[in-house]
Amino acid sequence: MTSQTSPFPANRMFATQALPLRRDRQLGSKSLFGLAWLVSLAALLPLGFILWITIQTGWETASALIFRPRVAELLVNTVLLEALTLPACIALAVALAWLTERSDLPGARLWSWLAVAPLAIPAFVHSYAWIGLAPGMHGLFAAMLVSVLAYLPFLYLPVSAQLRRLDPALEDAAASLGLAPWRVFLRVVLPQLRIAICGGSLLIGLHLLAEYGLYAMIRFDTFTTAIVDQFQSTYNGPAANMLAGVLVLSCLGLLALEVLIRGDARYARVGSGAPRPVTRRRLGRARVPALLLPLALAGLGLGIPAYTLARWLAAGHGAAWQAPELAAAFGETLLYALSGALVTTLAAAPMAWLSVRAPGRLQRMLEGSHYYVGALPGVVVALALVTVTVRIAPLYQSVATVLLAYALMFLPRALVGLRSGIAQVPVELERAAVSLGRRPLLAILSVTLRLAAPGVAACMALVAMGITTELTATLMLAPNGTTTLATQFWSLTNELDYAGAAPYAALMIVLSLPLTALLHAQSRRASGQ
Amino acid sequence: MSLLDISGVSKRYGQQAALDGIDLSVPARSRTAIVGPSGSGKTTLLRIIAGFESPDSGSVTLDGQVLADGPLIAPAHRRGIGYVPQDGALFPHLDVAENIGFGLERGDAARNDRIAELMDMVELDRAMLTRRPHELSGGQQQRVALARALARKPALMLLDEPFSALDAGLREAVRKSVARVLQQAGITAILVTHDQAEALSFADQVAVLRQGRLAQVGTPHALYWQPKDRDTALFLGDATVLHAELSEGFATCALGRIPAETAARTGRVSVMLRPEQIRLSPATPGQEQAGACHGEVEDIEFGGSLCAITVAVEANGARERILVHASSLDLPAPGTRVRLDVIGKAHILVR
Repeated sequence: MTSQTSPFPANRMFATQALPLRRDRQLGSKSLFGLAWLVSLAALLPLGFILWITIQTGWETASALIFRPRVAELLVNTVLLEALTLPACIALAVALAWLTERSDLPGARLWSWLAVAPLAIPAFVHSYAWIGLAPGMHGLFAAMLVSVLAYLPFLYLPVSAQLRRLDPALEDAAASLGLAPWRVFLRVVLPQLRIAICGGSLLIGLHLLAEYGLYAMIRFDTFTTAIVDQFQSTYNGPAANMLAGVLVLSCLGLLALEVLIRGDARYARVGSGAPRPVTRRRLGRARVPALLLPLALAGLGLGIPAYTLARWLAAGHGAAWQAPELAAAFGETLLYALSGALVTTLAAAPMAWLSVRAPGRLQRMLEGSHYYVGALPGVVVALALVTVTVRIAPLYQSVATVLLAYALMFLPRALVGLRSGIAQVPVELERAAVSLGRRPLLAILSVTLRLAAPGVAACMALVAMGITTELTATLMLAPNGTTTLATQFWSLTNELDYAGAAPYAALMIVLSLPLTALLHAQSRRASGQ
Repeated sequence: MSLLDISGVSKRYGQQAALDGIDLSVPARSRTAIVGPSGSGKTTLLRIIAGFESPDSGSVTLDGQVLADGPLIAPAHRRGIGYVPQDGALFPHLDVAENIGFGLERGDAARNDRIAELMDMVELDRAMLTRRPHELSGGQQQRVALARALARKPALMLLDEPFSALDAGLREAVRKSVARVLQQAGITAILVTHDQAEALSFADQVAVLRQGRLAQVGTPHALYWQPKDRDTALFLGDATVLHAELSEGFATCALGRIPAETAARTGRVSVMLRPEQIRLSPATPGQEQAGACHGEVEDIEFGGSLCAITVAVEANGARERILVHASSLDLPAPGTRVRLDVIGKAHILVR
């Protein structure tokens, strides 16, 4: 080799000073595990409370309370609700997502916004709207109808995001293997939507188990409504606690089912560069009939609430807007929603990181404990926290306790969002950043967190929205004199002052709207559009 | 003088030994290729050098600086080692300029000039600076990844199968230009690949890795012509391996009595012949008995400039198949008898 001077001499800076040698710590995974454990233990608090109560109650009383026709009836109701609502939601979400993402449906962009918009309307406002329209509405099919309309976006969002992200090359390959278009969809596209469908269905399934207001208003009995009824009549009675025990079991069953179906599928996209944009399928003559689906869903999910609300607002002649309680409730709700979202996201972060970057059996267990707690009705979480905090005076009826309750209840939302956000970022990018001189922590901040930011923002929005409309735990745990939009709305509808309640419902929707918009925009940006 | 020294590096994942006592030294300003089939541990070795993984035992030293001493390792971000991952791993949220400038100080006034200079170096049009990674072709992405890694003037550059995602024509062009850029910049490079042709043409030094062990290290020429064992011989290219009897510097095998590399050994051995060592000519009647080796053309695989011909040779009652490379001009027809002459010497395999 000649001794010509290189125009580009190698950097010698690194060789002059000795580098420190350390054990490879895998970026503080021990402390992450510690934090995840801590959150998991906190999440186990409500379950521990139920077990403790069961033991205190004794087997005979407990079994008398569990094995009775009333429980069987509630179980049948719950199973029927899940079995009817989930398949309907999946079918509608997949059809709607396919139409808005993969077909030349006129106004696809607009329909995609409208498909997410029902999220802005709290579930119990949905049933308030239907009751306003058809006061006699009740029972299983009413419950199913309102549930589908209220919760469909939870499935539509992940499914449509996944559809956008799919590599069209796979579909081309399948078509070249002789599959007709609809078989390509069944054998190639649908299996790839599995993770999105599983995640969304789990979220909806858990909501069905935990929701109180929606079903109470249309008089459909589930475990949660029964527990609240019991609690209101007997305060801390063993009957409510035993029902809660059965509810916890149903929730664990749902979790196990999801784990079983989800399997070991990979989340991160492999392959080079960004995916090519997908081609939209021409609907041809089906274009106009295809419009019926988004039209019907928007009409039922948005039109009816808008109509009822407008009617009640007009009936109130604006007097309800003048009430000073309204402004106070608005401010307080905002504060709780923002601080609660922050606390919850922070609490879910260690687990989300571990479950993506270092999956294992222990992580699954810890994850399960993060999930199950979100399925507990607010009343169970609140009941457990009341029992604990009543012994620690400064915590009883404090803001900290309310935030803790929120963090526990909305942990699954935060975890689902964070997990998929982190999973979208290949480790290779982080390694590349480190090899370019970024400290590991900075590499995570500037690359992984930056790319996961849409997911993080989305999950915070989801949590904040949940808190905006949270009812029972707030009622039970908040310091005296706290009024949020949801609690005020509820007490007014209980007094049958539907017109007075309307401004509260409208404000809750207004508060949720920007968050919904953000959520929708982020999910588009995350897939590079 | 060697820039990078790896000695006794071992790594296990549970029961599975990924690397088992690797010793390798990489001379400064050279290009080394680590080649092996998938699962041979080559990527693990690269990750240990880069600092993404710690060895269970052994040490890694770069220019006198200890990078790894058993499980104790220096942090990856302070090693000053460039890294080009398999598919480029460009940051999807940054444009080309920001990708290349990722490792450069933000406040530096010369930053933009430097980025432009790097674009020229990797032969990319400066107009691409504002493009996003998904707007680039595979080859362009790879060049940006190289420029990004070059920006910090690393002493050592690690290339993790950077060409495998490119199509064949492009792959060769990108490989040549990467080699040229590294050469001009005076940067030592380690390429990990499963493609032996790529390893032989890219590197000054080739290390063959098999099941976590270094089978052989040497120049491409030495490895190709003097592989230690049959596996290495066949991994690096087509070859015919024959049983032979050594005596007085000659190997007696199915191809007759041919000169051996050494006269020092005697007895039964395995010898290797590369297809290009054997020349075919039409058989002329009468010569068959005169000691020259003859065989029958069994199969011809047309390959454009070079064709692979399989010739069956009868020796001691056994049928041996000999692979021969020949020009596609004057190809013998299958079934014809041909004469085989050996050019050069038979290489004796150690194992």
